[in-house]
Amino acid sequence: MKRILIFLISAVMLLSLVSMLPACSDEETSSPTPAATTSPGEVPPLPKTSRLKVATTTSLYDTGLWGYLEPMFEDKYGVELDVLYAGTGKALEWGIRGDVDVITVHSRSREEQFVADGYGVERVPFAYNYFLIIGPEADPAGISGMSPEDAFTQLIAEGESIPDVKFVSRGDDSGTHGKEKAIWASAGYEYEDVRTSGGWYVETGSGMGPTLVMANEMRAYTLSDIGTFLAYQGDLELVPLVDEGDILLNVYSVIVVASTKYPDMANNLVEFLTSDEIQDLIGRYGVDEFGRPLFTPCAGQDM
Amino acid sequence: MSELADAFVTALKLIFTGDPEVMAVAARTLGISCSATFFAALISIPIACLIHFNHFKGKGTLISILQTFYAIPTVLVGLLVFIIFSRAGPLGGLGILFTPQVMVIGQVVLISPLMTGLTVSALSGVRPEIRDTAVSLGAGRLQMARTVLVEAKYATLTAVLIGFGRAISEVGLAIMVGGNIRGFTRTLTTAMSLETSMGNIELSMALGIILLSLALIVIIIPSWIQQRSSRVQQR
Repeated sequence: MKRILIFLISAVMLLSLVSMLPACSDEETSSPTPAATTSPGEVPPLPKTSRLKVATTTSLYDTGLWGYLEPMFEDKYGVELDVLYAGTGKALEWGIRGDVDVITVHSRSREEQFVADGYGVERVPFAYNYFLIIGPEADPAGISGMSPEDAFTQLIAEGESIPDVKFVSRGDDSGTHGKEKAIWASAGYEYEDVRTSGGWYVETGSGMGPTLVMANEMRAYTLSDIGTFLAYQGDLELVPLVDEGDILLNVYSVIVVASTKYPDMANNLVEFLTSDEIQDLIGRYGVDEFGRPLFTPCAGQDM
Repeated sequence: MSELADAFVTALKLIFTGDPEVMAVAARTLGISCSATFFAALISIPIACLIHFNHFKGKGTLISILQTFYAIPTVLVGLLVFIIFSRAGPLGGLGILFTPQVMVIGQVVLISPLMTGLTVSALSGVRPEIRDTAVSLGAGRLQMARTVLVEAKYATLTAVLIGFGRAISEVGLAIMVGGNIRGFTRTLTTAMSLETSMGNIELSMALGIILLSLALIVIIIPSWIQQRSSRVQQR
């Protein structure tokens, strides 16, 4: 009996192991990449390397844009595209460490720094939209229609005195968090002072989606990109209160990581995103579902 | 309550309609965790035998250290494995960060101390007479170790299953080193984490129910065999 027992358990484990391995090797054989075919004499150290890794900011992931574009790119170039989502800070860190081949993020100053430090090849903007300051419909702080800077000034003043007024910050070093800091700076505040000014200021440390859900639960104000907000709007009772101001511009760009082993395929992704066909699709993405596009294409423009 | 009921219905629907993506995620989860359990057992059981059957200085300390690692946080293992396998790290040249392989490695690191420690306990639970009898009958060290291990097989099996339980249920490590890539490194736990953050509570609950069912099946087969065999022995 004990033999049967040991045999059965080993069999189950081996089977599961074997069942996983062919799944991997199928993917390898079925997706030869141009990167691999250009150097036929060279044997890649690991077959899995025929995968292109792109790190994307959460807002491009949570809106479903990458889920929509990924299969198109894979079909067109016969490559497995791995989409990793993280805040801009983490995506840039992955790029610096060489763990991804391409990044798509939204924080101009940090992107320019990334390229200047030699980690990225070139910053290529491909789409933009706007940030919104959103909050409960009752608007206890009364910021509706203000400029972004005035709204933030009002929020900190009311937040410190009225218990109903709360602001939820991403607090995760993301592009959106960076924008929030920029607005505080533009309104004349030191970010550290704001952060430590009291219980009205809440840091979630998570992506845009979870932050919106939390702001909704707390009936709080928050800063969100319009794309993620529209994608989540159905589940939220929050409304846009401030949507005008130059500082709210949100530009997404794609950068090839300098240390990538597949520069050709990585460039294909940049060309793909900035091609007329895909730019057109990006410009129409979300119209069916939300009645308005989530992004405005901007390839070739300096933004 | 209705949220729970809806989740249950969603789970049943996903299971019985054979939703291809959910099935693939479930198969992948099982594949990764079973591989990790297999390799961890391959490493842990011999090491446990070495520890148990040898007397050396600091044996007690070693066991205490192993027991401390029972509680090692998955995110800490995740961070260590990330640093080691990141391109900038010592084994970065392998280029296996964000693959199922590195998730298996991480899970092996996570559960091996647990399995080793529990196997040592299992071996300690065997009556010393069995060992003495084997030695007096002329068994060599290897034969003696085998005899004791066979005697402790159910307790050892439990050690392996507890290791499996920890591997299949963890999420911190899987997300840090696997990256939760759709169709490649997404497991049931990381999918749950993502779906919850996207507000799809029902789907998330459904995935949780599937995860629990999988664990139940894997755990129940050996214990069923154990009960059957003990009934045979009683006869």
